[in-house]
Amino acid sequence: MSESTPTPVQPAPIAPNPLQLFVAFSLISVSGFGGVLYWSRRMMVDERKWMTAEEFNEAYALCNFLPGPNIVNFSVVFGRQVGGTVGALVALLGLLGPPFLVVTLLGLLYAYYGDIPALQRVLAGVAAAAAGLTVSTGLKMAGPLLRQRPGFAHALAMAAFLAVGILRWPIYWVLGALIPCGIAVAWWTRR
Amino acid sequence: MSSGIGTLLTLAGYFALLSLFAIGGANAALPEMHRLAVEVMHWMNDREFADMFAIAQVTPGPNVIVVTLIGYHVAGLLGAFVATLAMCGPTCLFAFFIGQVWDRFKDAPWRMAIQAALVPVSIGLIGASAAVIARAAAQSWVAVAVTVVTAVVTYTIRVNPLWIFAGAALLGLGGMM
Repeated sequence: MSESTPTPVQPAPIAPNPLQLFVAFSLISVSGFGGVLYWSRRMMVDERKWMTAEEFNEAYALCNFLPGPNIVNFSVVFGRQVGGTVGALVALLGLLGPPFLVVTLLGLLYAYYGDIPALQRVLAGVAAAAAGLTVSTGLKMAGPLLRQRPGFAHALAMAAFLAVGILRWPIYWVLGALIPCGIAVAWWTRR
Repeated sequence: MSSGIGTLLTLAGYFALLSLFAIGGANAALPEMHRLAVEVMHWMNDREFADMFAIAQVTPGPNVIVVTLIGYHVAGLLGAFVATLAMCGPTCLFAFFIGQVWDRFKDAPWRMAIQAALVPVSIGLIGASAAVIARAAAQSWVAVAVTVVTAVVTYTIRVNPLWIFAGAALLGLGGMM
């Protein structure tokens, strides 16, 4: 719409209409392989100027605070801010609609052709690489923690890793124990 | 691929509950999805689970889309829809309502304390996901090598993972795994 118009010195955030919102989140969704957050920031803040950098960080902090798929939460938070209930729904549909269609189509193909040896070999390769990508994501996330002095946070992370990843205990019991303990310790050490 | 109402209810209840425990995003919940789909319900085997994860990773869009694939595998199109809705619905409602009052408590001490507990737990969970997925994908020594090399490369240099996926797909196609 107005991407090419020169922006004034102090750009007030522009409010998108529902169609723009839907298209924007569809684009974010299809351009992001694993890194949807990067694309959402680029579009919301840099390209469309629907949010300032501070507003984006705030919304991001909220979505990190909430459980569940972060970027999905983000679409709802942002959609509601700019367009109320309709905005939230439209942003959510834009984000989930295209990958839903693509992945169910792939699921259909997998159901029919998943047993073909050549496809199995290809998937085995991709699965191994995807696993490696998850390992490096985990390492990158652990980076800030590893640079700190060992403390309670390290114990929490290690306990979650061992209980869920190695011992394969149900996540409900593990988090049901770890999170209250973690909050209590964080609360007392804060004072 | 029978989509009995019982199966749909299982998918709905299970993913709705799991979404509340997905601290750090959908990928943090992978170990629990694997536990349920492979070990408890026997909806699929280890290899099929690794395949679903691989397909979800090469599909553009949020990571949560692996849930759609699991739902599809278990109960067809309706299953895909139910699983996705269940995994996104509850936390979307949270996001909708908490978004309205977030300004009021974003700097509250109790909010900081909760965050201080959630961040390390989410890191541990992503590590757990990596362990579970790596084990499921480890169908051969070459596969293990691909996992290790991918981890090292994507950790040390900035590269579009799609190139690595493409290389690994060719290796696999060539019968190396």
